[in-house]
Amino acid sequence: MIPAPFEYHRPASLAEATGLLAELGEDAHVLAGGHSLIPMMKLRLAAPEHLIDLQDIAELKGIARTDGEGGGEIVIGAMTTQHELIASDELARAVPLIREAALQIADPQVRYLGTIGGNVANGDPGNDMPGLMQCLDAAFELDGPNGRRRVAAREFYRSAYVTAREDGEILSRIRIPLPAPGHGFAYEKLKRKIGDYATAAAAVLLTVSGGRCGSASVALTNLADTPVFAADAGAALAGSDLGAAAVDAAVAAALAAIDPAADNRGPVAFKQHVAGVMLRRAIARATERATERAAEQTV
Amino acid sequence: MAKMHVKMTVNGKAVEALAEPRTLLIHFLREELNLTGPHIGCDTSHCGACTVDLDGKSVKSCTLFVGQANGAEITTIEGIANADGSLHVLQEMFREHHGLQCGFCTPGMIVRARRLLAENPDPTEAEVRFGISGNLCRCTGYQNIVKAILAAAATLNAEKEAAQ
Ligand SMILES: Cc1cc2nc3c(=O)[nH]c(=O)nc-3n(C[C@H](O)[C@H](O)[C@H](O)COP(=O)(O)OP(=O)(O)OC[C@H]3O[C@@H](n4cnc5c(N)ncnc54)[C@H](O)[C@@H]3O)c2cc1C
Ligand code: FES
Ligand code: FES
Repeated sequence: MIPAPFEYHRPASLAEATGLLAELGEDAHVLAGGHSLIPMMKLRLAAPEHLIDLQDIAELKGIARTDGEGGGEIVIGAMTTQHELIASDELARAVPLIREAALQIADPQVRYLGTIGGNVANGDPGNDMPGLMQCLDAAFELDGPNGRRRVAAREFYRSAYVTAREDGEILSRIRIPLPAPGHGFAYEKLKRKIGDYATAAAAVLLTVSGGRCGSASVALTNLADTPVFAADAGAALAGSDLGAAAVDAAVAAALAAIDPAADNRGPVAFKQHVAGVMLRRAIARATERATERAAEQTV
Repeated sequence: MAKMHVKMTVNGKAVEALAEPRTLLIHFLREELNLTGPHIGCDTSHCGACTVDLDGKSVKSCTLFVGQANGAEITTIEGIANADGSLHVLQEMFREHHGLQCGFCTPGMIVRARRLLAENPDPTEAEVRFGISGNLCRCTGYQNIVKAILAAAATLNAEKEAAQ
């Protein structure tokens, strides 16, 4: 499968890259890890005339932690690969949910090249990072001809492959507010085999103190044409004892928020069923972890 | 479309050529450099038969344009054997433990396993299985492949210990 011809560019700075995008217009695509874009180009579902490879742009790389007054944050450069996310112990300490989810994405070879920026900018409902970023309440920084702006992950996705990113903008950084120390987390994903996109997946982040849930956040993957941030599901857990009634209410709220389509991963009723199972498992594991971690802190 | 000038180091040798930007690295290796060890299995980024080592990463060369590899250091199965021509421990152990039947997946398997052992010299069986999950084998079954990789790890570790 041979892609259509294109011209290849490899700018050395973000300013040069946004300049090229502005100059070349909509015939130009940026290339990150290429593991969504190149398969599309080989099928000729995409045929950009120019590819702007971001690999040399140092300012788009790396993971940094800041501990500011209003709570700290983790800032991840868009060109950071899944492999680098998994390898970062600092990230695993601060936001362990990311390593847990990244290990469930694709396979080792894809993770060496696939980037977090490409994963969230792509707009494919099958991508795992968008739901995760909504669960974590991350914000995306976009750099374009009119400077830099920030869009919340929860506001970024419009429909399949349609996002708030304008032509001419490059997603440069992802900013994640540091979750509370001792929080519980889980990413549960059902896939048919390693390297498959989710049949259904659920991300949960919550805090527990004195047997009650403080705050909770729930998002789901591949169960609508965008990732689904299920605010009502989180609200059903927050303040509860995380018992059966609260979990049932959260699952009911999440199922009301999704809109899965039948495909080769199963009919709608099956996907709804699996969504419920994934969410129950994720809540149970997040609760267990938060309880354990709270106990460790009081010892 | 104008051809671009690419330069890279492949199996320790400097290589320069003109190539169309849309050339996939696997085609460049096989057709321009005559390195036909890396295979095209699926051509859809799933099977890993085309795996090569690029700047310390295992990559599927069917899903990478030649320009992306400009300036990179690449190792294919052809560059794995020892300097004296004897087989690399992984190649030896694949032979010893029947880690191949038709051999189609083997170049990708071995190149991947080499990187895996470089990152994790003493892996558990589960870590080996997870580490080669991007490489499909359609005939041997994974038992003997995993055995061969674990045996290679043990041999390499014993050699290292003996050297100390
Ligand atoms: C076999 C296989 C299995 C996979 N399984 C999974 C899986 O289970 N879960 C999952 O989430 N993904 C999966 N993927 C997809 C993989 O994670 C991709 O790497 C990812 O979706 C895109 O990241 P990339 O860096 O490769 O981006 P690219 O493919 O380079 O780009 C994707 C799109 O985003 C745009 N883009 C990229 N970076 C930016 C940026 N910084 N700013 C603006 N636009 C940008 C590109 O123009 C392009 O349109 C799989 C891929 C393969 C080949
Ligand atoms: S040929 Fe490249 S992954 Fe199958
Ligand atoms: S040995 Fe035949 S595909 Fe693996």
